[in-house]
Amino acid sequence: MRPYIRIMTPVVLLLMALTLSGCGEQFIVLDPKGPIGEAQKDLIYITTLLCAVIIVPVLILSAIIIWRYRDRPGSKASYKPEWEHSTKLEVIWWGIPIVIILILGGITIKYTYDLEPSKPIASEKEPITIQVTSLDWKWLFKYPEEGIATVNYIKIPEDVPVKFQLTSDTAMNSFWIPQLGGQIYTMSGMAMTLFLQADEPGTYYGSGANFNGKDFAKMTFEVDATSESDYKAWIEEVKGTSPALTLAGYEELTEPGSSDTMMFSSFPEGLFDQVVRQYVNGDGGAHQHHGGAASEPAGHEDEAAAEDGGEESHSDHNAGNHAGH
Amino acid sequence: MLDKIKDFASEFFVTGDPLVLGAQVSIGLSIVAIIFALTFFKKWKWLWTEWLTSVDHKKIGIMYIIASILMLFRGGVDALLMRVQLAAPQLDFLHAEHYNQIFTTHGVIMILFMAMPLMFGLFNIVVPLQIGARDVAFPFLNSLSFWMFFFGAMLFNVSFVIGGSPDAGWLAYPPLSELSGSPGLGQDFYIWGIQISGIGSLATGINFIVTILKMRAPGMKLMQMPMFVWSVLSSCITIIFAFPILTVTLFLLFLDRYLGAHFFTLDGGGNPMMYINLIWMWGHPEVYIVVLPAFGIFSEVVSAFSKKKLFGYKSMVFALMSISFFSFFTWAHHFFTMGSGADVNAFFAITTMLIAIPTGVKVFNWLFTMYRGRITFSTPMMWAVAFIPCFVVGGMTGVMLSVAPADFQFHNSYFLIAHFHQVLIGGVVFGYFAGLYYWWPKMFGFRLHEGIGKWAFWFWNIGFYVCFMPQYALGLMGMTRRVNAYDFDMGWQPLNVVSTVGAFLMGLAFIFQVWQIAHSIKFYKKEKDGDAWDGRTLEWSIPSPAPLYNFARLPRVTSQDDWWERKQRRAKGEPEEPLAPLEPIHMPKNSGIPFIMSVCWFTAGFGFVWDWKWMIVLGLAGVIACMLARSFSYDTDYYIPVDEIERTEAALRGTK
Repeated sequence: MRPYIRIMTPVVLLLMALTLSGCGEQFIVLDPKGPIGEAQKDLIYITTLLCAVIIVPVLILSAIIIWRYRDRPGSKASYKPEWEHSTKLEVIWWGIPIVIILILGGITIKYTYDLEPSKPIASEKEPITIQVTSLDWKWLFKYPEEGIATVNYIKIPEDVPVKFQLTSDTAMNSFWIPQLGGQIYTMSGMAMTLFLQADEPGTYYGSGANFNGKDFAKMTFEVDATSESDYKAWIEEVKGTSPALTLAGYEELTEPGSSDTMMFSSFPEGLFDQVVRQYVNGDGGAHQHHGGAASEPAGHEDEAAAEDGGEESHSDHNAGNHAGH
Repeated sequence: MLDKIKDFASEFFVTGDPLVLGAQVSIGLSIVAIIFALTFFKKWKWLWTEWLTSVDHKKIGIMYIIASILMLFRGGVDALLMRVQLAAPQLDFLHAEHYNQIFTTHGVIMILFMAMPLMFGLFNIVVPLQIGARDVAFPFLNSLSFWMFFFGAMLFNVSFVIGGSPDAGWLAYPPLSELSGSPGLGQDFYIWGIQISGIGSLATGINFIVTILKMRAPGMKLMQMPMFVWSVLSSCITIIFAFPILTVTLFLLFLDRYLGAHFFTLDGGGNPMMYINLIWMWGHPEVYIVVLPAFGIFSEVVSAFSKKKLFGYKSMVFALMSISFFSFFTWAHHFFTMGSGADVNAFFAITTMLIAIPTGVKVFNWLFTMYRGRITFSTPMMWAVAFIPCFVVGGMTGVMLSVAPADFQFHNSYFLIAHFHQVLIGGVVFGYFAGLYYWWPKMFGFRLHEGIGKWAFWFWNIGFYVCFMPQYALGLMGMTRRVNAYDFDMGWQPLNVVSTVGAFLMGLAFIFQVWQIAHSIKFYKKEKDGDAWDGRTLEWSIPSPAPLYNFARLPRVTSQDDWWERKQRRAKGEPEEPLAPLEPIHMPKNSGIPFIMSVCWFTAGFGFVWDWKWMIVLGLAGVIACMLARSFSYDTDYYIPVDEIERTEAALRGTK
């Protein structure tokens, strides 16, 4: 009996984890509130199913074999100690995994291009831009179009794509809002692009997923998705009531230490761009282009675009970025 | 003067933490106790001549295993401390700095100083015996490898009480691991500890490739080698391509820290992402380095305890070799989220999935080795049987992680933690335990108590699932790795408590194993013949423990599972080949140089950590002196005369 119990334990536990996940709100990865997270959840389910197609029969087969061929007095099971090869069988079990991997590989390639983080989300609405800088140990968010900045807090309008531009002014981190979609690293000297969108209002958990030193665990933040009118009202409120972020204030923020939520009515022009470009000394060595998300031109011109208030140039630049992939 | 000494001591020793203070005191006491015991029982000479200077692969193997079990204990205590800290939200048991040090050392120790030496221990003990050799190809180098590993590991461990532990994660990503992010000495201990032991690992890789290719008993073709030997070969090939990358990467990081270079710094044209690529170009093959030999062990154990030939031998060899090959083309799956673009991510997702194919084939072949067999459930076989479902599920979550866009949601979460623990514990640890239980009678000449071993087995297994299954769920709840505290409202506590309970069950299992060994030594019962499990391969054809020269006469191999075939022929009453006359056996002489040279490396490494120039010079001069001494020593071998072999054999085999 024991082998059965042994073998079924992981299966039962895994099934438990999965069934629990269906109804538990706490399983935020499986409870997405935006198109990117939704697609990633579908993909997780598809891959789980495809894998299960192989492993469930294998687990059952192992249980049967181990039970049937255990050594016991008077066993009627056949015993062929020299039987060591069967081309037919081996072709089958080289073949089945190959087929499954081919299917899975095809799905993966399709989704990899569909869900490329820097690809804009199809929407009638213009995306808003949020510039994200990970610091020791807090998040600075800047709204270049609105001219405000926040620490450890984001408010976004629902149903509007958000273009996050990500960098770091310290060790690498990873920007993750599980209910909106997967994470992307924040790396100094580079500006990555990540498009996310919230489909319904709510408060979502965000965190820094990559270890970056002492108070790494305190790098959590909240994302509030609200109606567009609430969002606009909030912007006005921050502009009206909060202090400005000065360059000296930013320097203070970069000092190691955790932080509560903060709001700023304005921030120094081109600060994000300065942070991204701070290591370029003319030799260009600090800026290794990382695949698609080309940093300098995009970061620079987006900044310029924001100054002009010209929104339409954004998508053009993105297209430019993509060509680079 | 006194103040100076005080200042120095407060900088030299880690102070102000009760846990560390306790460790310092207990380390000090154990050293005193060991020195006292060795002196009291007059064992210094014995220790030096029988162990420290030994070039015998069997003794080196045993020393590797002892060291790795000590490291398993330390890494395990680290794990339990972390689990206690995570059992409740915002617990203040371990402060952030301390927690960061503990998960860093847990990772480094478990992979580099527990899994690697346990693996090398089994290589050492088993490979020469399975291929019918009298030692490895380069016995002196083998001893040097062990001591380099040992002193590297000690240098790393000493940082716990002297100077401060590293705390930048087990792979020490820059810029966090650069001077800017880690100004303390811990990171230097990390670099030099791994660097010194890494050279030992590379040398072992070379040594075993040559041993397997050149030292097989007459008649043994490559395609007749036991599957464990094939797995060692594939693992060692992976080592010699992967470890140089590690050495170079850490050396560049050292240059950054020591000489102010800019390979991986943020400023001055450095690129931290290059480090991440390089370290994983070693790091991914590394996991296959440790898991491939486990596959070999399962093949041996499953075949022996099913009383049946290994199914699909050629497929198994092909699968091992292709895993070893593909392991070099998957490294970027550790950072799909770096944003390298869809082309790169798609490529590495596919190469990662490809590895699932040969791995899956191996599982089928093990199953069909058992199919139409006669399975007995002794402890080695229980570990092998437990491995299959565990590894299959762990492999499945690995395939899920390899789907790049889905990985954006799994990356750095507890889902990932659960996955790699499932393949590393379910695959590597279960595998090495199976091997340890299987070859224990061969190593020591007595069996381990089966009953206590079964208790340990069940505690390990139940503990494993209780500990790690909830972590998959925690990952889906958004819990990220390396957090030392979490908020009440995340709802993570219940599953974390379950997980902590599981960890302690595994801790109990370890205690059962210690008890099992102690009990078996106390009620020592000598193995009468060397064939403890009615085995199939050559190591079971000689007495346990094997004599110094292993084989009095080198066996003539005619088939796969040669010892099994010989027993079959004997049972049928077929006439055996007449025994060839004994000849004097050529053996390597013991040498103290590997030990002394490794002490010199330790000295130099310690000097580099503290930047004490005199110590660096002293250590490196010692290393060079040892090399010269070795180069000019010509009296390195001897012959065991025939009459001594006859006496030994007669004593070992009783009446013969």
